[in-house]
Amino acid sequence: MPDQQPFEQPGEPRGPVAGTGTGGAMDLAASEAAGLAPDPGGPAPGGPAGRPRSLWSDAWHDLRRNPVFLLSALVICFLILIALWPSLIAPGNPLQCDLARAQDGPRPGHPFGYDGQGCDVYTRTVHGARASVTVGVCATLGVAVLGSVLGGLAGFFGGAWDAVLSRITDIFFAIPVVLGGLVLLSVITSSTVWPVVGFIVLLGWPQISRIARGAVITAKQHDYVQAARALGASNTRILLRHIAPNAVAPVIVVATIALGTYIALEATLSFLGVGLKPPSVSWGIEISAASPYVRNAPHALLWPAGALAVTVLAFIMLGDAVRDALDPKLR
Amino acid sequence: MATPSTAPTAPAPEPILEVRGLVKHYPLTRGVVFRKQIGAVKAVDGVDFVLGRGETLGIVGESGCGKSTVARLLCHLEQPTAGEIRYRGEDITKLSGKALKAVRRNIQMVFQDPYTSLNPRMTVGDIIGEPYEIHSEVAPKGDRRRRVQELLDVVGLNPEYVNRYPHQFSGGQRQRIGIARGLALRPEIIVADEPVSALDVSVQAQVINLMERLQAEFDLSYVFIAHDLSVVRHISDRVAVMYLGRIVETGTDEQIYEHATHPYTQALLSAVPGPDPQARERRERIVLSGDVPSPADIPSGCRFRTRCFKAQERCAVEVPLLAVPEEFRHTGGPAAHDSACHFAAERQAVRPKGREQAGEHKGAREPEGREEAGRPEPRDADGHNATNAS
Amino acid sequence: MLLEVSDLHVEFRTRDGVAHAVNGVSYAVDAGQTLAVLGESGSGKSVTAQAIMGILDMPPGRITGGRVLFRGRDLLTLKEEERRRIRGAGLAMIFQDALSALNPVMTVGDQLGEMFVVHRGASRRAARARAVELMERVRIPAAAQRVRDYPHQFSGGMRQRIMIAMALALEPDLIIADEPTTALDVTVQAQVMDLLAELRREYDMGLILITHDLGVVADVADKIAVMYAGRIVEQAPVHELYRRPAHPYTRGLLESIPRLDHKGRELYAIKGLPPSLTRIPPGCAFHPRCPMAREVCRTDVPPLYEVSPTRGSACHFWRECLDGHAVDGPDRARA
Repeated sequence: MPDQQPFEQPGEPRGPVAGTGTGGAMDLAASEAAGLAPDPGGPAPGGPAGRPRSLWSDAWHDLRRNPVFLLSALVICFLILIALWPSLIAPGNPLQCDLARAQDGPRPGHPFGYDGQGCDVYTRTVHGARASVTVGVCATLGVAVLGSVLGGLAGFFGGAWDAVLSRITDIFFAIPVVLGGLVLLSVITSSTVWPVVGFIVLLGWPQISRIARGAVITAKQHDYVQAARALGASNTRILLRHIAPNAVAPVIVVATIALGTYIALEATLSFLGVGLKPPSVSWGIEISAASPYVRNAPHALLWPAGALAVTVLAFIMLGDAVRDALDPKLR
Repeated sequence: MATPSTAPTAPAPEPILEVRGLVKHYPLTRGVVFRKQIGAVKAVDGVDFVLGRGETLGIVGESGCGKSTVARLLCHLEQPTAGEIRYRGEDITKLSGKALKAVRRNIQMVFQDPYTSLNPRMTVGDIIGEPYEIHSEVAPKGDRRRRVQELLDVVGLNPEYVNRYPHQFSGGQRQRIGIARGLALRPEIIVADEPVSALDVSVQAQVINLMERLQAEFDLSYVFIAHDLSVVRHISDRVAVMYLGRIVETGTDEQIYEHATHPYTQALLSAVPGPDPQARERRERIVLSGDVPSPADIPSGCRFRTRCFKAQERCAVEVPLLAVPEEFRHTGGPAAHDSACHFAAERQAVRPKGREQAGEHKGAREPEGREEAGRPEPRDADGHNATNAS
Repeated sequence: MLLEVSDLHVEFRTRDGVAHAVNGVSYAVDAGQTLAVLGESGSGKSVTAQAIMGILDMPPGRITGGRVLFRGRDLLTLKEEERRRIRGAGLAMIFQDALSALNPVMTVGDQLGEMFVVHRGASRRAARARAVELMERVRIPAAAQRVRDYPHQFSGGMRQRIMIAMALALEPDLIIADEPTTALDVTVQAQVMDLLAELRREYDMGLILITHDLGVVADVADKIAVMYAGRIVEQAPVHELYRRPAHPYTRGLLESIPRLDHKGRELYAIKGLPPSLTRIPPGCAFHPRCPMAREVCRTDVPPLYEVSPTRGSACHFWRECLDGHAVDGPDRARA
């Protein structure tokens, strides 16, 4: 990518200044009068002004040099790695426990100590990543995709579609999550994470759908959508090129925050006996198992909880970085 | 259809766009699932006009008069409730699919707000190049980049700005980008909805000049919608004045600005403050009472009668037609143009005489009177002109 | 003098550096007088008013110098509490957007009455009575009934009247109106401007009218201050300014208004764009756009030269401008 300097041009420092209110009083226009002066008889278009760029290539260009993005991406890659091959860093067996060592502190070879059942906290935390990260990422992806597609279409087309969908979201909002989980998941006997993921997607999409609908309605009202329509653009094109990039920011924010809640929700459901069933290992199960004796053995709670916190933080930071990269005004 | 006015101008240009009986009502509904119509906002309520090739038709009016809705209807952004829009003789309101897309190439729009009419997440190159992606037959893929840069040059921007984003430009420059996008498909008609009203004073003139230059260069016909009367006069060959969804008066710029016969046009012209402080002592201003009625509840008869200083009983029952008024039909002259008023008359005080003596900065805007009196007190003095219909 | 602003400087911290929004503005208004402050967006005209009113957002704003004398007292040195007392009773402000300046969930009567409750300790009933009286004074029909209505139930023009009523409530000595009619339609605009002028006469108030509209200014102002890039470039009684501008910027603005005799010809246009306030050009800020610019304009900041006892122009070549030279020079052709 040619490293030209297209941004030396002062943009409009509108942000902080426009806050003084009263109708754009401080609408500091961009300048460089000389360079930008209308010049009807100006030079014929010279050579190509660098390679054509797009929002996505610019965003990627931006992300690659954003330390927040790099750090969070590193953490997430690491998480995915240990979720796939936990034995790489924790060769022990997470199910091998020794009640005699219950609640013991750290010791050589067992840096995180033992939990209430005498299992090695380090091994169980590492092995728990698979279930937790799977639930968190898959449920979030499912919720985000389903929610934004349904909400986005409802917001874009409006009318009856929108009315029906809005009522359905209201119904889903009325379902108490835990109770719903107890009823729906108790009839399923699978011991994998997928019923839990499915359940979260089923109950979670209305939240995103509402936000996506609102964001699409806001974006839809802008003149640039009308301009595209006047050019004869198809609905698909308008949705993908004009509305989606302008409506995606709030969805990213809410989805990344929700990711943490979903991991915790899996824990709650597991604790109630309808989520993952032993012998599965997950951070949620560890946290809920360790919470009764947190006074005696805080380490058994802190390590899985810390892993959860770092994961959630990494995704939130990633979401923030992506959102900012997709906003040219922030560059 | 309006009676052809007896304009003393050159032979009328071949019409490129004919609008007849254009109506747009927005239903007012109540209820969420089961919607019930309880009324309608009559944004456009029967509009006729003809746009000639290479001509500029100015449409003026206050907010809510329906001028922007007309623009949107012309560009097929909305479906009219009734009426037809004929482009080269073909009614385009019923078109869809390929045929519509083909017509769209020829009718393009320039928007008012340069801050929302450009997608903030697209580069300038993508914005101006989008027409070519949609109408891929216009320019082969390899050629698009060059064409975009040519367009930037045509509207007076540096062709090297293709990779920048809209927020890096000022309002006037953004409007140039919007114009470049409108030009990309080489349309025959450009509908400009308040293209300069969001711009700074010193930049407005640049954009108006650009639009005039492009008109000559690309043989464009303009529908130029604005509320600024002096700008409209400068750029328009003919002017239509709208009030509450209808055209109340239409004619050449001279007929409208110097020989207005509709009381609304007269009030509008007199209300515009002119850049001439000396005129203010001599001006005889018509201050209308009250506000524009809601387009959901249009007065019977003449829709202007609730604010009109000439209103009589007849106005409440009989809708005045847009035609050359009876009394001018045989006299000819500039007063003989379409005016939808039962009591159409030129204002006595409108002088073409004071103009020469009034100094060099007299703008085209102020139709000030030549009254000897000082500035009339808006309410009590000069009861004939002040409001008596409230 | 009622209000005297001298050598006011205001800066803003922005991401792109310090924006010099106001760079040494001085003007004065007397009771019963209308001063129009004319400028484009970014000229600093509204920021000056906000600094006078004490409603500038600080930070990011910062007043770095100057004095604002109101009846002889420097407002900038007063304590916040004293200023608050002066605001409303001494100085009042009218904003462009009446809908967002009014509280949507309070009736207009309560909002008008609140001024009396807060500043004068009036009872609710007395406040309501005063509210009706004020609404009558700004000619709102059926004030006694409408006092119970909410802002959204009024039209744009009526809302602006309510804003004016609010500003009038404590009978201030000076009203600052920031683009009071920009959001209104021409026919309503005329009503509101007339009302303001009438009330100014009635109460013998000073009025500072901030606007970008040369027409509005010509219509109501006594004197006029033209601002560009945070400075006053020309100050004059309104008649003289329109007849013979003494600054090329003013001249350019006047020339760029479409005129009858220019129909069908190119409009005069000031070339280029207003400068960014973070990088105001050295010397005269207008020189990159000025058709008369010479070498000295690039280096020396022009002071406000005295053109006559009542006029000033910040142009090194104000004499030539006054005589009408140079504007129609070669630049005119390509503008």
